[in-house]
Amino acid sequence: MKLSILGARVIDPSSGLDQVTDLHLEAGKLIAIGAAPAGFAAVDVIDAKGLVAAPGLVDLNVSLREPGYSRKGNIASETRAAAAGGVTSLCCPPKTKPVLDTSAVAELILDRAREAGNTKVFPIGALSKGLEGEQLAELVALRDAGCVAFGNGLESFRNTRTLCRALEYAATFDLTVIFHSQDHDLAHGGLAHEGPTASFLGLSGIPETAETVALARDLLLVEQSGVRAHFSQLTSARGVALIAQAQARGLPVTADVALYQLILTDEALIDFSSLYHVQPPLRTRADRDGLRAAVKSGVVSAISSHHQPHERDAKLAPFGETEPGISSVELLLPLALTLVEDGLLDLPTLLQRLSAGPAEALRLPAGKLAIGAAADLVLFDPSTSTVAGEHWLSKGENCPFLGHALPGSVRYTLMDGRISYQA
Amino acid sequence: MTPLDAKRPLQLNDQGQLRHFLSLDGLRRELLTEILDTADSFLEVGARAVKKVPLLRGKTVCNVFFENSTRTRTTFEMAAQRLSADVITLNVSTSSASKGETLLDTLRNLEAMAADMFVVRHGESGAAHFIAEHVCPQVAIINGGDGRHAHPTQGMLDMLTIRRHKGGFENLSVAIVGDILHSRVARSNMLALKTLGCPDIRVIAPKTLLPIGIEQYGVKVYTDLAEGLKDVDVVIMLRLQRERMTGGLLPSEGEFYRLFGLTTARLAGAKPDCIVMHPGPINRGVEIESAVADGPHSVILNQVTYGIAIRMAVLSMAMSGQTAQRQFDQEKAK
Amino acid sequence: MSLPNPADLISQMAVDLNAHLSKRAIAEPRFIGIRTGGVWVAQALLKALGSASPLGTLDVSFYRDDFSQNGLHPQVRPSELPFEIEGQHLVLIDDVLMSGRTIRAALNELFDYGRPASVTLVSLLDLDAAELPIRPDVVGATLSLAPTERVKLSGPAPLQLELQDLAL
Repeated sequence: MKLSILGARVIDPSSGLDQVTDLHLEAGKLIAIGAAPAGFAAVDVIDAKGLVAAPGLVDLNVSLREPGYSRKGNIASETRAAAAGGVTSLCCPPKTKPVLDTSAVAELILDRAREAGNTKVFPIGALSKGLEGEQLAELVALRDAGCVAFGNGLESFRNTRTLCRALEYAATFDLTVIFHSQDHDLAHGGLAHEGPTASFLGLSGIPETAETVALARDLLLVEQSGVRAHFSQLTSARGVALIAQAQARGLPVTADVALYQLILTDEALIDFSSLYHVQPPLRTRADRDGLRAAVKSGVVSAISSHHQPHERDAKLAPFGETEPGISSVELLLPLALTLVEDGLLDLPTLLQRLSAGPAEALRLPAGKLAIGAAADLVLFDPSTSTVAGEHWLSKGENCPFLGHALPGSVRYTLMDGRISYQA
Repeated sequence: MTPLDAKRPLQLNDQGQLRHFLSLDGLRRELLTEILDTADSFLEVGARAVKKVPLLRGKTVCNVFFENSTRTRTTFEMAAQRLSADVITLNVSTSSASKGETLLDTLRNLEAMAADMFVVRHGESGAAHFIAEHVCPQVAIINGGDGRHAHPTQGMLDMLTIRRHKGGFENLSVAIVGDILHSRVARSNMLALKTLGCPDIRVIAPKTLLPIGIEQYGVKVYTDLAEGLKDVDVVIMLRLQRERMTGGLLPSEGEFYRLFGLTTARLAGAKPDCIVMHPGPINRGVEIESAVADGPHSVILNQVTYGIAIRMAVLSMAMSGQTAQRQFDQEKAK
Repeated sequence: MSLPNPADLISQMAVDLNAHLSKRAIAEPRFIGIRTGGVWVAQALLKALGSASPLGTLDVSFYRDDFSQNGLHPQVRPSELPFEIEGQHLVLIDDVLMSGRTIRAALNELFDYGRPASVTLVSLLDLDAAELPIRPDVVGATLSLAPTERVKLSGPAPLQLELQDLAL
């Protein structure tokens, strides 16, 4: 294949490139930026005037629901949805059925992802067998089967010593551990952030300390074990402040937040809408502002969708009986552009948090426009808007943004130089 | 935007009348007063030899109780019967729900049997809102209590009690004592008192039983019973459930009674004509002394009578609001 | 059309009522006015009769037959009957008799209080538009209105009749 993309504003956050120019692709790789190489004759041309070209987005937390949760989604449908959101590489969490704690499950996922051919999938393996927080999973076998990092989801290790040993083991092999810091007992039974809104609605609360107490513990254990650590799905201003402090004293930890946490607060719950039921919960405006500031300053270097599609029944019950999660990966780019619209970030910084930032956190071969590297790109029109839900691809319709007009529209997503999504 | 500022039109029709009765927040003072006035008329009916009026004749009221309750259930049954409605009561135990039939399916089946109105009590906060949104909007939903969130008919019957015994709300001092954190009655009462213009609303409880952000209700917080009861006109005692001890919120019933139990001695600090209320059932010797519960200040038994009248008022008004909405929609369609 | 003066009608009604009651040998009737206009008429009538009898007031909102079409009347007030109904001769007073449904509702409500010995119906106006077999025993004046016309009584003092045209 020989493809030229002409006249786009090409933004590559890693190299600082931000210029209207041409891109030339051959055999699935980016071979030139600017003038075509001598002797290169494009077979296909995309007229990208007015469009922005950026590295394909890298989403660190997308639940594909396969194997085991077919009512909620599958690898084909959810990767297709991700491609529509501008994503070319994604990580799927270990909470599948069976849990991603054996190489067989990792291989199954990678095979299905290759068959579907919509995005590259980098599985996150379980840190403990069955995600039960007791016995260490076979991390090296999982790594060899394709897992790029390891985590235990929101299920914390009940025994701190066991957790410490797990971190030391991972550190032995230079494996990255992903933390979703939440204290089991403080969070137990909670449905929403413990604050005025939850009190008014009569919903049991999850205090901010559920996150900060666990974060404090986890950061100290990271320091002690020397493990490479990435902190995921932070929700509180105090929480990101702890991360900033750790980074300031030289701890090489990275962090991500869910995009919806930068937009919504617990006030959205006021009519008991289960669409806003998420774990960890939406917190206050002050927390949202703290998260936004941390994304701006770079303390949080990655934004993810935290995509969790559900079947309709899972959300059609009184609030406390619904399952938590928002399905939103196919809106990742347009929804994220609201942060540029709000004036929080400029476009190159936003794109960094969606591509190079996440890729670097987990050392993924993605997130850059580099000569000779795989041509994973997104082309979008910043001047039109996307009406969320017009052509919905995910199996999960549990998205509170459906029907909203969001800035920008993805026009092409390319993976290895091949179009994986076209508007 | 604080929760109390948010608009909640779900329970009102286009003319601002009740078409569901889900919670007291978002309801204007005039509407709450109309409920109290209508209930006064039903109290007069209750004093007659024939306590029935034909208002809801031919209508079917379905009581769907996912949470057990003899008191609320029987008063709703009586209220519906006194309106000449046909009454069906379903006690849905949680085990049958766990056999696979969703809440939505249970109600849709009942609706198919031509129920005109549901009275629902459920253990989850927001259950009544969920039902009102997702079941056919033509069916009036009356919230008989949802989790910790609201018990609007109890709130209104407590207001009727206060109005009948104290005349009004403008110069009143009202104290609510006990497990505010878990109480839907307390939340409904605080909202109603605020809307009706009570200037001095007090909550008295240990910190473990107070919800975060209680200030948003416009109440004063006391952790000392004697201080909180000083010169109050009305004391509303809340029920203390056994589980609070096992949950680590309180050391023992004994200690709670010593600090927050309403005894004759403690009541002496309130106004001499103070009234004592309780939503029931009472835990004697835990939140209230028998002498007080049975004494001259107590209006606890009257509350039950007022409860029937309030429920008759709410059932009629909600049915009426549904009718008005249907008419409005038909006119608009022309 | 010129509307009659209620005060003039009431003087004549007092005379007619006395005649009607003595013909039936009813000595101590119980007077009941239907809210709101009927109560005003009843008060004026009792004054014209020179009677110190207590006046019962009846709110028929809960007995109307149009709940399914029109819902609950917004201004419901308790009925107040300061005497027994059982075995008594009643004089039921309303302001305007049109379809007769208000009277039917009033009768239904009264019978829930007890079994009266008799009910005498008194109305200030009869519009001769009955949809039910209900006729007044004593009436001030009979009027015929156009289909879009309505008549309204204002009070309590002075009592005045006003013609309204719904088409305007």
